[in-house]
Amino acid sequence: MTTTTPVTFERHPDSYRHWRLAVEGEVAWLEMDVDADGGLVPGYELKLNSYDLGVDIEFYDATQRLRFEHPQVRAVIVTSAKDKVFCAGANIRMLAGSPHEWKVNFCKFTNETRNGMEDATEFSGQRYLAAVNGSCAGGGYEIALACEKILLVDDNSSTVALPEVPLLGVLPGTGGLTRLVDKRRVRRDLADVFATRPDGIKGRTAVDWRLVDELVPRVGFREKVLARARELATESGRLPAERGVPLPPLHPDVSEEGIVYRHVRVAYDRPNALATITVLGPEGEPGDLHDEGADGWLLRLTRELDDVILRLRTNEPGLGTWVLHTVGDPAKVLAHEQAVLGAKDWLANEILHYYKRTLKRLDVTSRTLIALVEPGSCFAGALLELALAADRQYILDGPPIDDEDSPERASIVVSEANFGVFPMGNGLSRLQSRFYGDDDHLAALARESGHELSAAKAVELGLVTDAPDDLDWEDEIRIALEGRASLSPDALTGMEANHRFVGPETVETKIFGRLTAWQNWIFTRPNASGPDGALRRYGTGQKAVFDRKRV
Amino acid sequence: MPEKIDYDAKIPNNVHLADDRRLQRALEGWQPKFMNWWGEMGPTLETEGVYLRTAVSVGRDGWAHFDHVNVPDYRWGIFLAEREADRRIGFGEHQGEPVWQQVPGEYRADLQRLIVIQGDTEPASVEQQRLLGVTAPSLYDLRNLFQVNVEEGRHLWAMVYLLHAYFGREGRDEAEGLLLRNSGSPDAPRILGAFNEETADWLAFYMFTYFTDRDGKYQLGTLKESSFDPLSRTCEFMLKEEAHHMMVGTTGVDRVVLRSAELIREHDTYEIAAHGGIPLEVIQRYLNFHYTVSLDLFGSETSTNAANYYTAGLKGRWQETRRKDDHKLTDDARTLDRPCDDGTWTSDELQAILLLNLDLRAEYTADCQTGVNRWNKILSDAGIDFWFRLPHPGFNREVGINSGHHVTPDGTVVDEATWEAARHHWLPTAEDLAFVRSLMHPVYERGKIAGWVAPPRHGINGKPFDYEYVYLT
Repeated sequence: MTTTTPVTFERHPDSYRHWRLAVEGEVAWLEMDVDADGGLVPGYELKLNSYDLGVDIEFYDATQRLRFEHPQVRAVIVTSAKDKVFCAGANIRMLAGSPHEWKVNFCKFTNETRNGMEDATEFSGQRYLAAVNGSCAGGGYEIALACEKILLVDDNSSTVALPEVPLLGVLPGTGGLTRLVDKRRVRRDLADVFATRPDGIKGRTAVDWRLVDELVPRVGFREKVLARARELATESGRLPAERGVPLPPLHPDVSEEGIVYRHVRVAYDRPNALATITVLGPEGEPGDLHDEGADGWLLRLTRELDDVILRLRTNEPGLGTWVLHTVGDPAKVLAHEQAVLGAKDWLANEILHYYKRTLKRLDVTSRTLIALVEPGSCFAGALLELALAADRQYILDGPPIDDEDSPERASIVVSEANFGVFPMGNGLSRLQSRFYGDDDHLAALARESGHELSAAKAVELGLVTDAPDDLDWEDEIRIALEGRASLSPDALTGMEANHRFVGPETVETKIFGRLTAWQNWIFTRPNASGPDGALRRYGTGQKAVFDRKRV
Repeated sequence: MPEKIDYDAKIPNNVHLADDRRLQRALEGWQPKFMNWWGEMGPTLETEGVYLRTAVSVGRDGWAHFDHVNVPDYRWGIFLAEREADRRIGFGEHQGEPVWQQVPGEYRADLQRLIVIQGDTEPASVEQQRLLGVTAPSLYDLRNLFQVNVEEGRHLWAMVYLLHAYFGREGRDEAEGLLLRNSGSPDAPRILGAFNEETADWLAFYMFTYFTDRDGKYQLGTLKESSFDPLSRTCEFMLKEEAHHMMVGTTGVDRVVLRSAELIREHDTYEIAAHGGIPLEVIQRYLNFHYTVSLDLFGSETSTNAANYYTAGLKGRWQETRRKDDHKLTDDARTLDRPCDDGTWTSDELQAILLLNLDLRAEYTADCQTGVNRWNKILSDAGIDFWFRLPHPGFNREVGINSGHHVTPDGTVVDEATWEAARHHWLPTAEDLAFVRSLMHPVYERGKIAGWVAPPRHGINGKPFDYEYVYLT
């Protein structure tokens, strides 16, 4: 199953095919109503509210719009518009028919969306409530797990289930296992029983095992759910908001050569299997955040970056290296950054957290990331995070390559934004991750905040990998990139993911690191995806044949 | 403390209940709850004795023991058909292996689910029929209603026995759950849709016992093939009792048709409502409704679950042993007719194993047709030019490939507006239901019968029609 048309990630509630978003004051209803014939790719039917990437893209869009366009919303009810079924999870025929990278990419995106829901609860006071009004299995239960509270209809037959292990020979790939024991603190032995039962758990037992929070009678279900949502809303710490900021379409210019947005440009270099991503700094001084709305530099940039990461990940799996550039005035970047950091209101809060989530997307992207710091670039503060997210950073120690008489030199600027405003999934800033356990050095770096650091200084402070001069630059960079492209992409993915996430584990790092690594392995094993494997055999009425040797 | 039960006296069985302490303890907990349920949800009409057939053993004589019984004292028993020595699995990937006397761990969840769903239907029909006693057309019919009800109750016991005996604590919880869900309950409805419909009048009861209980016959027939031997033997015995429900349905509709035919001849008009008969169109609309609701019970035409159950050996086909194929079905193909939005039908070729529900439904439909032929023969014998017909399987469906499409009884795919405009020709209208209900006055005198239905040709167990089948209080 492959697509010929590239996947796009922009959606709007007016044209959702699978969801209904209704905002009623401080409560929003997000109802799943999957159109079985509306699969993103031909070849499968989305029965029983099962989902594919297309369904999840709309879901993601809704969670984003709730934060920006409906800031008055303090509680979001996720439920199903279908009778007797909440959600059957990811569509199995889709998974079985998809190439490996599509499956993994799909899992990654769904995980990011679920994490985003928890992020909304924690940082925006938009508290998610799952109203499980029918059978809820696999990814369906994982959606519920991403919510703060889970209400289950008490009809004596609806269950919650994670049947991946017994039915499909794979893992619940959207954080299911991790959230059971880490987030909901389900006892490990009960989690083991639960995750090996194809039929799930219902009623009182589901509450006793902490799989759900509360049972709600079938009659008056919606009223009770609404009442619970209102209670959650009153406890919400959401900052007051008058009006939201609409998110209009980005309208990028998409061609064979790349994608061009207002602040982000991507150029493909297919022979060398790389994509060059250039981020443009702000032009003018920052204005009023609310007046600028979606046109504000940082918000617009974040949306573009988010969109381009998703597009490249999904549509360009062969472009294994992303080269990151910036162009602009570092002082203006810092001014814009300060306008957001200094404004303690809901919109500023949303922009910062959105940028944080977008950087996290970059952190978990399975591409080699190389930042090139050259004269005229603006890796300052928030934009320096892009370089710090990269696997290597090179700064040009000399004049611009095409103008050796120019006095201009490359520099970087560390700012307040680099010390915890945009934590990674492991809960650490990128500088903390880079200098893990070296608090003295971090303190020294803090003292260097706010001014331009030369190439030599950047090397001295350990902020870049290397600083070739203008004679060596082109060769050094070419060799670095070519060398990279010659290595096994699988090994690189593993290596990079290891290096990027140091230190403590969190639910997020477990999901992306531990769980997806296992899932990746399982997906490629014959027991799951071989001709007689569980994923292939599912739906045929024949049983999977397992190699019984444990590895 | 639950009251101690004298098992062999109270619960006739062939499962050595008196020696099985585990099962006794399970039943001790469940039995009082069952009696509460029966008191609340069972027949509303109180009697002092009903001439009932009670199974006391599985032998030729034992399963049909007739006597007047005070209904709450009816001895719901636990009977399995005799065990067949060296029975082998007849289909699926375990074909040829000995059948299982215990639940294999691998299939525990699936088997439990199958038994719970089957079990859930049994008390449901008792609930659906609980008000019918107060409008019975004769003591004979009243007796049949009670017979059907106590046997549904026994079939519930049969499934509960399996849950208690083979599925541990969870089985006990599920057995209790069977009493907690109720037909049509807004809070905890029965699992399958048809069992939440109302059975409001006796024509509906006859239709239900003809069409819906017949689904039960076919489902039991597939479970009878199961590799899990206790389930197989239980269902085999249940099938004997189910045959009686069929008889109630078949002859019930016969008698309504016969009476309507008489009235049509007598008054020389099809408009017999004014004469206290049920018009043939109304009967046809009832037939349409009950048949299509029952088709939904077969599930979706393509079913992975059914295929998995088959491969695993949990649920076979109707008369699996008589089928002349490899009993694996992985290489066979079958076609499936599917309605298109443009009003045409198209045909897909699919693996036979994915179409097992369709296979069973086809057997069922052919069986249903025999009843329709009987009723038509009654009409033609009376010289009446009217034919009952089974509607197209795409008509009025909520489940499977036809749901969401609008198919007329003759199989034409139309748009929603056209369908809705003609609905009153095809399905019972509020007026039909009100009219039939208006005929429902109880007739409790010996030998008498209501005017809208003919008396039966034969009584029960050789007794005459005017036998006092029920002692009323």
